Amino acid sequence: MSDELIKTDAVIVGAGPVGLFAVFELGLVDIKAHVIDNLDRPGGQCAELYPEKPIYDVPGLTVVTGQELTDRLMEQIKPFGAEFHFSQRVESLDRLDGGGFRLTTDLGKKFECKVVVIAAGGGSFTPKRPPLPGIEQYEDKSVFYSVRKIENFRGRDVLIVGGGDSALDWTLNLQPVAKSLTLLHRRQEFRAAPASVQKMFDLVERGGVTFKLGQVTELHGQGGKLTSVTVKASDGSSFEQKTEVMLPFFGLTMKLGPVANWGINLHENLLPVDTAKFETSEKGIFAIGDINTYPGKLKLILSGFHEAALMAQQAHHYVYPNKKLIFQYTTSSSSLQKKLGVK
Amino acid sequence: MARITFIQNDGTERVVEAESGMTVMEAAVKNSIPGIAAECGGACACATCHVYVDDAWRQATGQPEQMEEDMLDFAFDVRPSSRLSCQIKVSDALDGLVVRIPDKQF
Repeated sequence: MSDELIKTDAVIVGAGPVGLFAVFELGLVDIKAHVIDNLDRPGGQCAELYPEKPIYDVPGLTVVTGQELTDRLMEQIKPFGAEFHFSQRVESLDRLDGGGFRLTTDLGKKFECKVVVIAAGGGSFTPKRPPLPGIEQYEDKSVFYSVRKIENFRGRDVLIVGGGDSALDWTLNLQPVAKSLTLLHRRQEFRAAPASVQKMFDLVERGGVTFKLGQVTELHGQGGKLTSVTVKASDGSSFEQKTEVMLPFFGLTMKLGPVANWGINLHENLLPVDTAKFETSEKGIFAIGDINTYPGKLKLILSGFHEAALMAQQAHHYVYPNKKLIFQYTTSSSSLQKKLGVK
Repeated sequence: MARITFIQNDGTERVVEAESGMTVMEAAVKNSIPGIAAECGGACACATCHVYVDDAWRQATGQPEQMEEDMLDFAFDVRPSSRLSCQIKVSDALDGLVVRIPDKQF
């Protein structure tokens, strides 16, 4: 936990394409921003769901992949020097007495700012929870979706489920400390990096790891303490696998998360905004991109860009209450060009 | 054009008409078939449009390609008849297709 306190003009929640472009639009009106995202890199859905997939409706670009668009936006916003805080989620939002907000992430980082821009898309990416009956009682006791501390697994019987990079990486990293480590996957083939797969099979040969084929269908234990799981093998038969700990790695899904507790009006898990300022029910808190809703809303990246531009105009009123904002074009304004570092 | 039957785990059936060229997932979403979340919108990136293809139709729908097979690792209770419905293209040859929605999706 860090007790760091960062003071800034704006905090942008979400580093997807719209959150990134918000850095640009805020930057043009001299608003300094920090960006927080639960993923470990920028791009949001573009990076997580379709980095290689083509997008055909970004104006001016005939076709661009999610990753390319992210890279281009990162390049475009560089002059504004926004600071990024990855792999953490904003847990709480508090109003400050003198106006403004304090945000705290799950890593304990604190931010004080004048405006908040929620560009959280479909919500924050969180690990998928297998729909196994009763799994809730074991979570954070015997069932973990991430590894915060390797030491917590020392001397324990560990079952890792999945065939992607997370499953393989943690198999390799926990094997040295675990009492026993079993990797369970539904098939012989893996999505993970071939080098890690090879390392895992080497360990299997040397007896350090047990690899089994199948899918978990039931959990057994008491009071949150897992004792075994039932596994359905590929031939349809079932067997019991003894284990104290299970780590399921089935990818990520989007969940609205703590935004719901920030005292902002919600409508079907979306944040209603007005279409002039893209402000939520709370003054100084904006919502842009897929997370907002208004009559005629389309969940398009280009709509989010437009929303970011209008949001920045209103944000300027809060950050610089005594300054008049004069609308300018980047093509002709020397002051804007100076901010962009092109003059 | 093809008529597709979606069968829920509780036995409820819905028949919908789908145009050739669209995917079975799109046909499901367009007709508000419950249980097809299609979180990623058809990019083969989330496995939330998982269906079981009726045995009689497995040959006609074909086998999953590598990317789809990889993504099925993220689905729950995967069986030999498992497919991601965003990867099944509707054609006249699939008129009468029957798919089952899993009891549980992630």
